[in-house]
Amino acid sequence: MHFVFGVFDWLFILQQSLNEAFDVNAIVFALAAIGLNVHFGYAGLLNFGQVGFVAMGAYGMGLAITLWSLNPFLAILVGVLFAVVFALLLGLPTLRLRADYLAIVTIAAAEIIRLVARSTAMRGITRGAEGLNEFIGPFRDLSPFNPSHDYGFGPFVWRGNQFFAIVVGWILILIFLLLVWQLMRSPWGRVVKAIREDEDAARALGKSAYWYKMQALILGGVIGGFAGMVLAIGNATVQPDFFVAPLTFFFWLVLILGGVGRVWSPVVGSVIFWSLITFVQNLGRQLVDNGYVPTSIMDTSQVDQIRFWIVGIALALLMVYRPQGIFGSREEMALDAH
Amino acid sequence: MTRILDLAGGSRRLVGFALLTTLVLSLFAVFAPVARADGEAIGTRLLYNEPESGERLPVAGVSFTVQDLSGATIAEGVTDAEGVVELPIPGSGRYGLTIDPETLPPGVFLADPERTSVVVDVLPGKTGRAIFQLVNENEAAVSGIARTITFRQVAQLTVEGLKFGVFLAMAAIGLSLIFGTTGLVNFAHGEMIGWGMLWAYFFNFYGFAGVFGFMKDWPPPFGSGVNLIFAAILATGMGLLFGWAFDKYVFAPMRAKGVSLISAMIVTIGLSILIRYVFLFVFGGVPRFFKDYTAQSGIQIGVIDITPKDLVTAGISVAILIFVGLFLGRTRIGKAMRAVADDRDLAESSGIDVAKVIRFVWVAGSGLAALGGVFIGLSEQVSWNIGFRILLLIFAAVVLGGLGTAYGALIGALVVGIGIQVSTLWIPPELKNLGALILLIVALMIRPQGIMGRAERVG
Repeated sequence: MHFVFGVFDWLFILQQSLNEAFDVNAIVFALAAIGLNVHFGYAGLLNFGQVGFVAMGAYGMGLAITLWSLNPFLAILVGVLFAVVFALLLGLPTLRLRADYLAIVTIAAAEIIRLVARSTAMRGITRGAEGLNEFIGPFRDLSPFNPSHDYGFGPFVWRGNQFFAIVVGWILILIFLLLVWQLMRSPWGRVVKAIREDEDAARALGKSAYWYKMQALILGGVIGGFAGMVLAIGNATVQPDFFVAPLTFFFWLVLILGGVGRVWSPVVGSVIFWSLITFVQNLGRQLVDNGYVPTSIMDTSQVDQIRFWIVGIALALLMVYRPQGIFGSREEMALDAH
Repeated sequence: MTRILDLAGGSRRLVGFALLTTLVLSLFAVFAPVARADGEAIGTRLLYNEPESGERLPVAGVSFTVQDLSGATIAEGVTDAEGVVELPIPGSGRYGLTIDPETLPPGVFLADPERTSVVVDVLPGKTGRAIFQLVNENEAAVSGIARTITFRQVAQLTVEGLKFGVFLAMAAIGLSLIFGTTGLVNFAHGEMIGWGMLWAYFFNFYGFAGVFGFMKDWPPPFGSGVNLIFAAILATGMGLLFGWAFDKYVFAPMRAKGVSLISAMIVTIGLSILIRYVFLFVFGGVPRFFKDYTAQSGIQIGVIDITPKDLVTAGISVAILIFVGLFLGRTRIGKAMRAVADDRDLAESSGIDVAKVIRFVWVAGSGLAALGGVFIGLSEQVSWNIGFRILLLIFAAVVLGGLGTAYGALIGALVVGIGIQVSTLWIPPELKNLGALILLIVALMIRPQGIMGRAERVG
């Protein structure tokens, strides 16, 4: 069914935008941003390498199957372990230092993971730039959905395997939202937030700021790791060059868009982000394809770069003019956390 | 923007090192007598993994010879653009196909350097196939092919590291001073390097006409490209302008508005992503060379082989760094910069115009980074994403030396520069930047205040 008005296939654009808003990408971004919310929103940790946790989760799970042929549930556990180890490696040297040191180290560490994973030296393990492709079987066996059937309604229609990843992903999102909600109401959450507000005061009350921050880093990292696992199952592949550094700031934008330090915000942010990006991109593509934008200015492959411009501008403008995001409250913002 | 794109599209510049070699070699192949046999023949196809993309590409222009059982050479030929060579032989039987490893392009090696000849049994009317397995430089480094460390290599890599280190230092000092005076970690600093590099490329090829279209038919300095030396000066000017505008229109208003440092840091990230992808849009994803001084043969100094352009640019960098050092130590504004970095409130209360000092630091830091970018572009290639690749190395340098100290940034940059070059003796070149990043993390564990930093609480 096409609803062509002018040169635009509006219905197609709308369908795509709605579909993407709940698809695997949106789930991955939401999960990664929930983790980031634990780091930054609640504990005040400046994690600029969340994509590293996502990569760790994806590679951990993938390698557990391609390398050690573990069963899928153990593989997920390995993915979690990878994320925990990464958090410990990052946290040990930096959590005693000022916030910007963690920022520098995390962005560097995430890039280290990508470079190592794609390197020729690791080809025997990570399959280099090709990535992992042969791990999906055991997960597909768990799927109750028929891979050749369509599931869903309206614009929200997916093939069985994709639908499986989406269902699992949204269940995970619910679980982690509940977990974060409960944790942040608990005494533990109050200590973490107190450290964010005033580390010295929390220390004076006898709380080990270092250890609490470490726990928050691990928790957020593990949630990021699950984002990687959903990504791997949804795409049936783990590609090193997916985990480029700017991706972390997509997660940041998603988080800030929804409102830092609110339980729901990462999910809201992700849904808005993906519907918006898909909308703009499809519109751009149709403009170019129909000759409204001459190819000397922009061709189809360049349309895909627009998302980086949008993310860059949006990140800068939001931070200056509306740091609490769309739904956030200024009280929960702790941008000067140490 | 359109103009830049059009002009860039029309440029005859060759794309990428690998592509260049392949193209040149395939020209050879075109002129070399490639015999396609009707009867019996013996042949092979050469492919290797391109290290950047991982694609399997043909290797052209490699010489082969065919030997009969007596060992006499009966045919010879060169692989064509498809990497294929097929040589006619007088009849069926057993022959040897021998590769000349000397004719392999740089960065491509035989997987087994000993195995230069393959024996093939050719059936009547058929083409006998031999397989020669090739590896790229990374794969070769992994399997440890032909690696013996000599003094000459160590000296050569140290000099190359020093050269890269002084380029890096030009950028690192700016980052460190901006941090020192404002407390801001500028994640867009890498884009200042890219900014200088791309403007130099742009002036080098198109002169002012790229900006002012009506000048297109004017004489050289305006209408067409200028020599790289002038282009570098202009690009540095653009760098100064960039720093000035960045502070005046972005960071000074944010300071006035009371935007926190962490918010400001995230703003620099947003801007760096935006600027970098505008670079990609305008310049395209394929790295290119400047018009001038690209193909230079090295001159021999002692055991070291260095190109004149590297010698000159490194010399200029050292001179500039000495100048910056003297400037910081001797002049009023230099001392004021250090005073603000040391204790902002104290500096302000002793009558220093802090806003002016900060503006100056932004302008100078950006100008230095831009010129460093031109030098890096000349010694490697001009590319859109140099900013991010270099940024992490700058961070490593600056943290290693001590965040906020100018001299520390210099020392850190030299350590990182030499470290990454010399480390290629043991690790594959594709992983050479990794050492610097790991060094960064280890340095934070052992001495978080850096080499030159004071031992104070930084957390």
